[in-house]
Amino acid sequence: MGSVTATVAPPTVPNVILWFRTFKAITGSGFRRYATYRQASVAGVVTNAVFGFLRCYVLLATVGAAGSVAGYDRGQLATFVWVGQGLLSVVLLWGGTELADRIRTGDVASDLLRPVHPVTSHLAADLGRAGHAALIRFLPPVLVGPLFFEVYVPRRWSTLPIFVLSAVVAVVLCFGCRFLVNATAYWLQDVRGPMVLWTLASGVLAGLYFPLRFLPEWLQLVLWCGTPFPSLLQTPLDVLVERDPTDVQVGLVGLQLAWAALILAACRLVQRRAERRLVIQGG
Amino acid sequence: MSDDVIVADGLRKEFTVRVRTGRLRREKRRVTAVDGVDLRVARGEMLGYIGPNGAGKSTTLKMFTGVLTPSAGEVRVCGLRPVAQRTRLALRVGVVFGQRSQLWWDLPLGDSFALLRHVYRVPAAAHAARLRRCRGLLDLDAFLGTPVRQLSLGQRMRGELTAALLHGPEVLFLDEPTIGLDVVSKQAVRGFLGELGRAGDTTLVLTTHDLADIERLCGRLVVVDHGRVVHDGSIAALHERYGSRRLLVADLDAPLPEPPVLPGAPLHRQEADGHRLVFALESAGVAEVVAALAGLGALRDVSIVEPDVEDVVARLYRSGSGRDGDSRRDHGD
Repeated sequence: MGSVTATVAPPTVPNVILWFRTFKAITGSGFRRYATYRQASVAGVVTNAVFGFLRCYVLLATVGAAGSVAGYDRGQLATFVWVGQGLLSVVLLWGGTELADRIRTGDVASDLLRPVHPVTSHLAADLGRAGHAALIRFLPPVLVGPLFFEVYVPRRWSTLPIFVLSAVVAVVLCFGCRFLVNATAYWLQDVRGPMVLWTLASGVLAGLYFPLRFLPEWLQLVLWCGTPFPSLLQTPLDVLVERDPTDVQVGLVGLQLAWAALILAACRLVQRRAERRLVIQGG
Repeated sequence: MSDDVIVADGLRKEFTVRVRTGRLRREKRRVTAVDGVDLRVARGEMLGYIGPNGAGKSTTLKMFTGVLTPSAGEVRVCGLRPVAQRTRLALRVGVVFGQRSQLWWDLPLGDSFALLRHVYRVPAAAHAARLRRCRGLLDLDAFLGTPVRQLSLGQRMRGELTAALLHGPEVLFLDEPTIGLDVVSKQAVRGFLGELGRAGDTTLVLTTHDLADIERLCGRLVVVDHGRVVHDGSIAALHERYGSRRLLVADLDAPLPEPPVLPGAPLHRQEADGHRLVFALESAGVAEVVAALAGLGALRDVSIVEPDVEDVVARLYRSGSGRDGDSRRDHGD
């Protein structure tokens, strides 16, 4: 039995490489968890495509005789919709209540017994999920769209890397927002209320139902600077369809980064507060 | 420095609960789940931590592991402050909650183990060696490839035990590890924990309602009630304290005309119209009592009944107060 137990204390020195290895392993587990549900993935892809057609026809109907609306032409709108459909499942705008359920049932205790900060391990797992979604959920609508619509293809070489960065930041930011919504369970136990609010707000204000550029300019400014919502979906899509010149693209991604940092800091703060008042009763 | 791995002084935990007192009125009440626990556990000790439902066992364990913040008091585990240094402590303790899972629901058991190696930063060789031992002792091979959600309770619990040990913890906390398990699985878990305890370098803290777990495994028994330690010592000491004695049951061919008086072995009770006499063995030995009874006449059979730890513990719980079921203490705010 001797080898089952420790003879030396494990290293307690923080080590960046070990940290990255741990992060990578948790990310990998997040990927594999989602990869086990193949039928759910197929069902998601089909639903996603159907809504793609719906949204695309509705948006194209708004384009006037001039051939453009709110700074988008027909091709840009089609790209906006179809890439948006793919990106929707990558950033996972409408995630589940897994963390909230763990808090309610007390299973969250086992998250706290790991030698990894809960926000870090949940983020790593969510990145794994996003990686799986990028392969399985992002590509189909992006490939289906051009078969039926004339889409806009980016013309500047810089657009694609900026878009990739913007999409990754959107994933992190959206994780943070969903974490915060779920974390209300520490105080409320039941997160259905906050969840409904989040679903409504994010659908409208992230640019899913219509591009936010349709709104008056002052309102756009308020939304972009005052809320994280446009940074979740609208920004990466605007970057991709080259709605703005390069410097504005970079500025928008900078704003996204600021929001991501702010929200992640808020996650850590909320987690710390929550742990102090955590109650896990009954076994 | 002392070799105590767990040191608790005046550990307290209070919860606030809201109680409905009228149609709309709700009253806040403070509930004391743990009320001044002092405890020292030495390295390599196997400690049984028992108490009735709501006595504060799990809450204490959660404070030892840094999941819950104590309301008052001091606690050190492996020389660390559990809440403030929780992630460092996590590398050095293992925890099994019988009613919760720490495995990844959707992943095969083997994948969970592989992931734990990275989470706890265990060198590959040490991980492989520990896993090999656990696979052998707990018979894991048949279900290593099965997703955790499809495991039976017994299989899952064996997986949980392995998961808690793969990083070679100095202290293993087990909160009702045999709850809901069948006899065979219980034996497997007990046998495994016994092996672990005999190796001597892992400290074991075990809470359970199954006193057989404690009798087989733990040299030291701590009984808590109302959040307080009411007994701390060996099982033998508990029997001594509560005067539980071995009983000698004598079956007779015919009842005696009057109950015999034997020095050092008072008559405990009579059964079956005097066909069965039960004596409490105090100072008298078995041989003396049997000889005396044989001298009196038709002795057919004799058996010895060891004191039942469950009886003693039930008496201990009941002596706490005239309460029903839950022993948490309420006091209005």
